[in-house]
Amino acid sequence: MPKVTVDGIEVEVPAGSNVLQACEAAGKEIPRFCYHERLSVAGNCRMCLVEIEKAPPKPFASCAYPVNDGMVVHTDTPMVKAARRGVMEFLLINHPLDCPICDQGGECDLQDQAVGYGGDHSRYHEAKRAVVNPDLGPLVKTIMTRCIHCTRCIRFSTEIAGVPEMGATARGESMAVGTYIEKALSSELSGNLIDICPVGALTSKPYAFVARPWELKKTDSIDVLDAVGANIRVDTRGAEVLRILPRLNEDVNEEWLGDKSRFALDGLKRRRLDTPWVRQNGKLVRTSWPEAFAAIEAKLAGVAGDRVGAVAGDLCDAESMLALKDVMASLGSHNLDCRQDGASLDASRRDFYCFNTSIAAIEEADALLIVGSNPRHEAPLINARIRKRVLAGKFPVGLIGAEADLTYKVAHLGTSAADLAGLLEGTHEFAATLHNAKRPMIIVGLGALRGDDGAAVLAACWKLASATGMLTSEWHGFNVLHTAAARVGALDLGFATGKKLAQMMNGGVEVLWLLGADEFDTSKISSNTFVIYQGHHGDRGAARADVILPGSAYTEKNGTYVSTEGRVQRGELAVFPPGEAKEDWKILRAFSAMIQKPLPYDTIEALRVRLEQVNPIFATLDVLPRFGCGDLTGPAGDATALSSTPFLPVVANYYMTDPISRASATMAACTEAHAPAHAVAAE
Amino acid sequence: MLSDQDRIFTNLYGLHDAGLTGARSRGDWDNTAALIAKGREAIIEEIKTSGLRGRGGAGFPTGLKWSFMPKEIGERPHYLVVNADESEPGSCKDRDILRHDPHKLIEGCLVASFAMGAHACYVYVRGEYYNEAAALQRAVDEAYAAGLIGKNASGSGWDFDLYVHRGAGAYICGEETALIESLEGKKGMPRLKPPFPAAMGLYGCPTTVNNVESIAVTPTILRRGAAWFSALGRPKNAGTKLFSISGHVNKPCNVEEELGIPLRELIDHYCGGVRGGWDNLLAVIPGGSSVPMIPKSVCDTILMDFDSLRDVKSGLGTAAVIVMDKSTDPIKAIARLAQFYKHESCGQCTPCREGTGWMKRVMDRMVTGRAEIAEIDVLEQVTRQIEGHTICALGDAAAWPIQGLIKNFRPLMEERILAYKASKSTPKMAAE
Repeated sequence: MPKVTVDGIEVEVPAGSNVLQACEAAGKEIPRFCYHERLSVAGNCRMCLVEIEKAPPKPFASCAYPVNDGMVVHTDTPMVKAARRGVMEFLLINHPLDCPICDQGGECDLQDQAVGYGGDHSRYHEAKRAVVNPDLGPLVKTIMTRCIHCTRCIRFSTEIAGVPEMGATARGESMAVGTYIEKALSSELSGNLIDICPVGALTSKPYAFVARPWELKKTDSIDVLDAVGANIRVDTRGAEVLRILPRLNEDVNEEWLGDKSRFALDGLKRRRLDTPWVRQNGKLVRTSWPEAFAAIEAKLAGVAGDRVGAVAGDLCDAESMLALKDVMASLGSHNLDCRQDGASLDASRRDFYCFNTSIAAIEEADALLIVGSNPRHEAPLINARIRKRVLAGKFPVGLIGAEADLTYKVAHLGTSAADLAGLLEGTHEFAATLHNAKRPMIIVGLGALRGDDGAAVLAACWKLASATGMLTSEWHGFNVLHTAAARVGALDLGFATGKKLAQMMNGGVEVLWLLGADEFDTSKISSNTFVIYQGHHGDRGAARADVILPGSAYTEKNGTYVSTEGRVQRGELAVFPPGEAKEDWKILRAFSAMIQKPLPYDTIEALRVRLEQVNPIFATLDVLPRFGCGDLTGPAGDATALSSTPFLPVVANYYMTDPISRASATMAACTEAHAPAHAVAAE
Repeated sequence: MLSDQDRIFTNLYGLHDAGLTGARSRGDWDNTAALIAKGREAIIEEIKTSGLRGRGGAGFPTGLKWSFMPKEIGERPHYLVVNADESEPGSCKDRDILRHDPHKLIEGCLVASFAMGAHACYVYVRGEYYNEAAALQRAVDEAYAAGLIGKNASGSGWDFDLYVHRGAGAYICGEETALIESLEGKKGMPRLKPPFPAAMGLYGCPTTVNNVESIAVTPTILRRGAAWFSALGRPKNAGTKLFSISGHVNKPCNVEEELGIPLRELIDHYCGGVRGGWDNLLAVIPGGSSVPMIPKSVCDTILMDFDSLRDVKSGLGTAAVIVMDKSTDPIKAIARLAQFYKHESCGQCTPCREGTGWMKRVMDRMVTGRAEIAEIDVLEQVTRQIEGHTICALGDAAAWPIQGLIKNFRPLMEERILAYKASKSTPKMAAE
């Protein structure tokens, strides 16, 4: 490793590092605008200049200069300071002085660095540049006069998002950043442009003029609008969630966040259930908690335990699901289901339903087969990770399922389960690709498991994984990609026993408790069934309910979630639930007391102890140990009974997949901007 | 003074046939296979000893540049790229080579490509040089038809293809890495160095970018020997050079002369002298618009070569001599150049993008004197803030002419400002 001396401090940095990284290793902060560690080096802002001994006597852009052994770098010489001051002056001459009305104010790189390197007055007395603002769609607001041409947005779109829509037209002072032809950004990761823009040129459209960063309370949380478990920060003021930003987690979302997870937050304020409701004479009427509980208690009287069932929705935290399971057990019921989509998931072993390779280890894989999934829409952050791996080179990707633009090149091998046969028999050429790979992986989407032959597909995929060397003692290449944040946690808790959802809907139960379950056709529930809906939005479940118990959304409760890769993570309460709504586990605890069968925990800490008792996995917070596959026995199912019905997309519209995003006006605007016209017309 | 038998470009003025027959009669394509038979190392060594320095402006030793190419051809092919994007204001030497002596260039491309292990060579011709590109293409077609280039070029056993590519009219595409970007079909923006083109150039492959003139003189050097070439000119500034003299001379012209010829001799002998006599000379920009101007006092004695001009804080550049007599408004002349550089800045890096516009606007005011005297210092500082802080040399090129102006004509600029102030200071009105 090369040794570099920075301002007299000797550091060792990995070979191939640049001088800027060496300076950071030595604890020297280097100002920069264009440099971003996850993007290619542009070296155009010229802010990170340093002086290097035994090189020509001029300042060098440290971000673009590779280190050599024995290099001596100075970051605080008069030459360096003068150079940075000069660059800062140039950046400011055409930058508008509109910080008081700029949404970036308070978290602006230019503002911060101008404090260190800016002058106290301007020597520029000419007219300033003004630039027309292109419309980039409902999410990203542009004020291009503020642009400092760092090209981070262009590089992000091209490299990370894989949708090369941003670019610069014209040259010199007239250079303008935008989409070449004005259009709405079509990437699911476009919100990240706001984060990487070092100035206020690209800001959040829905958040425009809403708040200043220093007014906000910041709460660490976990995103639940897909199953990736992206780490987020919830910014609130008073009782309102104003903004959601990604938090750094190298193993999960790096520093990115999908647009739905970032912008659906206005859905948290609309269509909320803020008081209990009871259906009287066919109409829902407002009521109080005791009356709502009494109505349920009255209905339950005399109903056999086996005639009661519960369904957990896609956004539920593990605590509330366990509490519901315990309530059901106390009623004598084991009819629990979390598979609203009817997917054939085998809960008998954890690696049958998890994304076992882990998201970070995608970068170590060397071949990939995707079955019945569109990761770009189901999990944009996992898709970005796959793209990152593809860009690194030598990573063939095969796809069985609906053809789609995944932002990288895929070999389309077929559309239905029957197309797996060629791979299983080894006759298809992609089978050889998988065989020859050292660390191949398969991603099985729920689109492949929802059909009647779901169990067969699951078994066939496992068989293929086993046959092509995906399952070794060091490497587990079998992955199920979930779309519901609650699903893995529910399976970990055994929330898939007794009667299945379809049976429960067809009169299999007399009382059905829906915990935030909105993703199935609730109108098909047998009309004789008494439906209790506990949740936060007036969506499909609430529409069919006989009693509504207002719960809390993910930003309003302390909850544990298990991501698709099986990672246990915790979100914290950022705001209190609205009106009469309560935290979900507390509702169940109160109800259990009402029916004289109190749950054995009074605090969330006690409940979490119980979680660990049910499944020790809940003790492994945040960490996800790497594991191989020791037992090649596959999930139950006849691997040969594969139908030729094409897999259907799991996510029809990325922007609306759950009660929160369906209630969001921002997501509605995105849907209008991006959904095919016929899809809108059909709704 | 260069004797006629030592001239390399014997059809510089297009008086003779530019085609293959004419070129052959002037000695081009004479047993090229024998030149190639010398071998790669020998050719590079010969060019090194000849002392040939790049004719594109920077004056980097050509043989040394060639030797940076990998010795063995690895997985990636090697390329030679010839920079015929001659856009420097004042410079028009490559143009005459392209239209009147294209075979010298083509033969040079073959020899140089062989010396660097390149089977393909791209000639990037300035977009505005439409007729010149057509003339070059005609010559290339002739050479292909005669078997001089193509498979087993000139019977040398070396396969060689030459492609003529027309630019789209951007000055910055004359910068070697911007030229490579443009050739690849991208926006012409200079790349960061390192890596240098010899390691990662065109399509990521080892590439050398040379000026037209540097390549066109190589066959003659190899034929007549390095000793002949290095005997011309002055030490470390060897050989002959094309000078383009324009501006206030009686007969503007392109001429081939030895490096180190006195400027006065160049102007008096070949251009019929300065308009109105030598004493009417104001200043000279000796190397194309990018270099600082030199005042008459320096012009009296200066020798035209790389090192002499560097010593007076100017440069030989492309040897495009722009002569200005006393009728010239030097402030206006430099303001025009400032406008040129603002227009041609690619916009990639901050100092150049923002600084060229700033300088242009201040210079525009300086022309009429609509400024403060203190602003001259601000302008000087702005040029220093750009110089050396950019990715490519365009920032330097934009800064130097203004530095030259301030250095040599500061009193004139102050005078202009005071005159403007005087003209605007009206007597106080009674009402005030």
